[in-house]
Amino acid sequence: MPEQVIFGMEVFLNGLMAGVLYALVALGFVLIYKASGIFNYAQGVMALFSAMTLVGMMNGQVPFSHLINAVFGTDIHHFGWHLPALIGILLTMAIMVLLAWLVQKIIFKHLVNQEPIILFMATIGLAYFMEGFGDLMWGGEIKKLDVGIPQGINLWIDEATYNIFDYGFFIDNLDIFATIVAAILVLALVAFSQYTKQGRAMRAVADDHQAALSVGVSLNFIWVMVWSLAGFVALVAGIMWGTKSGVQFSLSLIALKALPVLMLGGFTSIPGAIVGGLIIGVGEKMFEFLVGPLIGGATENWFAYVLALLFLVFRPQGLFGEKIIERV
Amino acid sequence: MLYREAGDFKTTYKEDNQTFPIKFDRYRYYFVLIVAFLIIPFWINDYWVNAIFLPFLIYSIAAIGLNILVGYCGQVSLGTGGFMAVGAYAVYKLMTAFPDVSIMIHVVLAGAITACVGVLFGLPSLRIKGFYLAVATLAAQFFLVWIFNRVPWFYNYSASGQINAPERTFFGVPVTGANADSWATYLFCLIILTVCGIVARNLTRGSIGRKWMAIRDMDIAAEIIGVNPLSAKLSAFAVSSFFIGISGALFFGVYLGAVEVGEAFGINKSFLVLFMIIIGGLGSIFGSFAGAAFLVLLPVLLKNLFVAGLGWQPDLATHLEFMIVGGLIILFLVVEPHGIAQLWRLAKEKLRLWPFPY
Amino acid sequence: MLDSQVTQTTADGRKIGGVMMEMANITLRFGGVVAIKDISFDILEGEIRAIIGPNGAGKSSMLNVISGFYHPQDGEVWFHGKKRPAVKPYEVARQGIARTFQNIALFEGMTVLDNVMTGRLTQMKSGVFQQALWWGAAEREELENREICEKVIDFLEIQSIRKTPVARLPYGLKKRVELARALASEPKLLLLDEPMAGMNVEEKEDMSRFILDVNDEFGTTIALIEHDMGVVMDLSDRVVVMDYGRKIGDGTPDEVRNNQDVIDAYLGVSHD
Repeated sequence: MPEQVIFGMEVFLNGLMAGVLYALVALGFVLIYKASGIFNYAQGVMALFSAMTLVGMMNGQVPFSHLINAVFGTDIHHFGWHLPALIGILLTMAIMVLLAWLVQKIIFKHLVNQEPIILFMATIGLAYFMEGFGDLMWGGEIKKLDVGIPQGINLWIDEATYNIFDYGFFIDNLDIFATIVAAILVLALVAFSQYTKQGRAMRAVADDHQAALSVGVSLNFIWVMVWSLAGFVALVAGIMWGTKSGVQFSLSLIALKALPVLMLGGFTSIPGAIVGGLIIGVGEKMFEFLVGPLIGGATENWFAYVLALLFLVFRPQGLFGEKIIERV
Repeated sequence: MLYREAGDFKTTYKEDNQTFPIKFDRYRYYFVLIVAFLIIPFWINDYWVNAIFLPFLIYSIAAIGLNILVGYCGQVSLGTGGFMAVGAYAVYKLMTAFPDVSIMIHVVLAGAITACVGVLFGLPSLRIKGFYLAVATLAAQFFLVWIFNRVPWFYNYSASGQINAPERTFFGVPVTGANADSWATYLFCLIILTVCGIVARNLTRGSIGRKWMAIRDMDIAAEIIGVNPLSAKLSAFAVSSFFIGISGALFFGVYLGAVEVGEAFGINKSFLVLFMIIIGGLGSIFGSFAGAAFLVLLPVLLKNLFVAGLGWQPDLATHLEFMIVGGLIILFLVVEPHGIAQLWRLAKEKLRLWPFPY
Repeated sequence: MLDSQVTQTTADGRKIGGVMMEMANITLRFGGVVAIKDISFDILEGEIRAIIGPNGAGKSSMLNVISGFYHPQDGEVWFHGKKRPAVKPYEVARQGIARTFQNIALFEGMTVLDNVMTGRLTQMKSGVFQQALWWGAAEREELENREICEKVIDFLEIQSIRKTPVARLPYGLKKRVELARALASEPKLLLLDEPMAGMNVEEKEDMSRFILDVNDEFGTTIALIEHDMGVVMDLSDRVVVMDYGRKIGDGTPDEVRNNQDVIDAYLGVSHD
């Protein structure tokens, strides 16, 4: 088999994996949008914040140490302990639930009947706030995250493909792990949404706030629940991306990448987020592989957006989204 | 008592249509113009110009431009940074290719070029709305930054990829390059801003402004009563990009002098200008000024307070800045979605009745 | 209209002319749902034509076909003797058809005056560059159109609220502003979608008076959808009755009132 095709297959597989990671972030968006019609621009920053909190917890960092030192002239940085990953994750999850509750109470309760653009801009404000807050709390330098996920090249695949193609595919263990986690997460979320009482209530709220209220659904509870779920998804995404490339500011930019994923998959579909993520992941990598060298490379910066844009022009609601019918 | 309309009757539609129907407002406007044009240039120094006035003037132009698109016409755009880049590179290419033509013409031409690019990237707005349109503009943002990085023709094949503004004069006085005096750069930008402000005001109070607002408020109804949505939306993109392009040209040519496209015109720039118009007030020319002033002054104030005043490290001040800006956005959206402009309007209304409560 | 075009005069002295608009075999489908099935009727110049029927009969859809928002899969629309191709709604507006909406479609970010001025947008021709300068042609056009709008505002007695943001107005006044916006464009054909909806007796009397005045003073042809039978019978010259997308009655109010199909489907019989 010609070399290019073999390389192409490797790129394709890596594209699928990248797509899964994108989908993980996109899932958080879909959850919140489904339940409250809000496009949460802060989802990426939530992933960053949750990862930072996890690292901070595990390393026994003193929160706001920088600020405390500046104000009081002290020089403290660490408590001195180290927490195991699981405890760290549980504590971080608790903080994300608290965050969900605060966000609901302070911001979105007051913005209930506003237009979508206002809600979107509020989440941009939230994103900036949380970024500053996270940096203030844990420090803005890049951190290493290790919760024990296997990393590095998967030797089994390397050997197997070497035997078949004379070329060992480099597929990272982390990506495989992320794919499995994402698959479980999607199944769990879909099951939750379709088959549980809370899931049904969530879908009711997504459709019509007033109607949901009139059948006894507590809007506040649903919203806190949804934002907590989104927080959990953000944490998972944060762990995956953070392990892969370190916990740093650029993690929040992943949110921007999620946008084209949602354009393709539709804002309200959980499976759509996955399919959209895969298409973008594969598309990006393949385009860079095939066309990139011809036009200067680094096409991954914009390809996803242009693809989504072209797609949108022909199908404004995405692959799985609901068709927007406008009536007068 | 001071601020009254009683007795100030309008007898013609023309009088009723004025920008500042109340005498007090009109005199205040002339006063500001006099101070801005005749007093400040003599009193100003380098620090004030570079830290405050120039960014304020230049961002005001961008904010007016973005407000026309987002605030008046309701089309969300996250591509402001990219369009400013178009203006900057356009003016660069024009300056270097035609060194004898006046810088003013180049700036206006740069605006026109950006307007054309804006129309191109605005075409999707005919099929796509709301967030989806925001994504389309993101495509513009990332693609434009990439293209100015990758295609060497744009930066005249220089090794560093950076573009530098050559010296140009306006009526004999240098306004770009290292020899430009701060009062000259200030006046140059001020003149352009004043013209832009007047043009924006004229456009938004006329039938075009009404078309934009109709599209914003209910585009289907607008189409049924006779507004061509294609021409209305594209004209908004065109006019908006014209202003933003001029702003980018000035930002590069007069303010920074040298620019690396990823840093100067990245997505953060787009958000910055968007925040300006949210905090200042969507759909308000005054709001564009207010928002620009606010977001230019805030980091300066914070740095002076925390770094110079309390001796903290600069990155702490930056973190706080993010928190304050983010928090203020949320605060304004919750409490006063129409921004500082609305607060100003309410204050004026109270003042009209003062000392009576209602 | 010219005296030579008048075909009849009503009892109260209004003049009615020839056929202004003709809907020929209109069929409108949304996916599998047939909203309008093979309907034909005409509208005479200068008359007041009512379209009535139970909810879901397809009346608003018919109005949307007339204003060009929906394009029928079958059938033709004839306006002033010419077949009308499938044009965009804004082009239909430019041909002189204006309308109001069932659920008010005012521009909530603007004042009453601005909303009424949007009614003149089809007539205002000055370009971007002229408006940027303002001085001269653009200002003149603005002031001329302002005068026309002020006449409409006068006619509908809404002078005191002209600078009020529309969002703050009560429902009845909003309906009046919407009518003002439609009238501002000096339309040949005015389409009213349930103009009396949500109004009390007094407001209905006011609105009826306005509608009659519009037809009488300006000669505007009016087509209206309405549920209030008293209004329909009093105001209209002829009535079209729709049910489940079909036409089940067409004629003067008296003819329609005595039509058995109409009675069965919609009107019912009074049991005294």
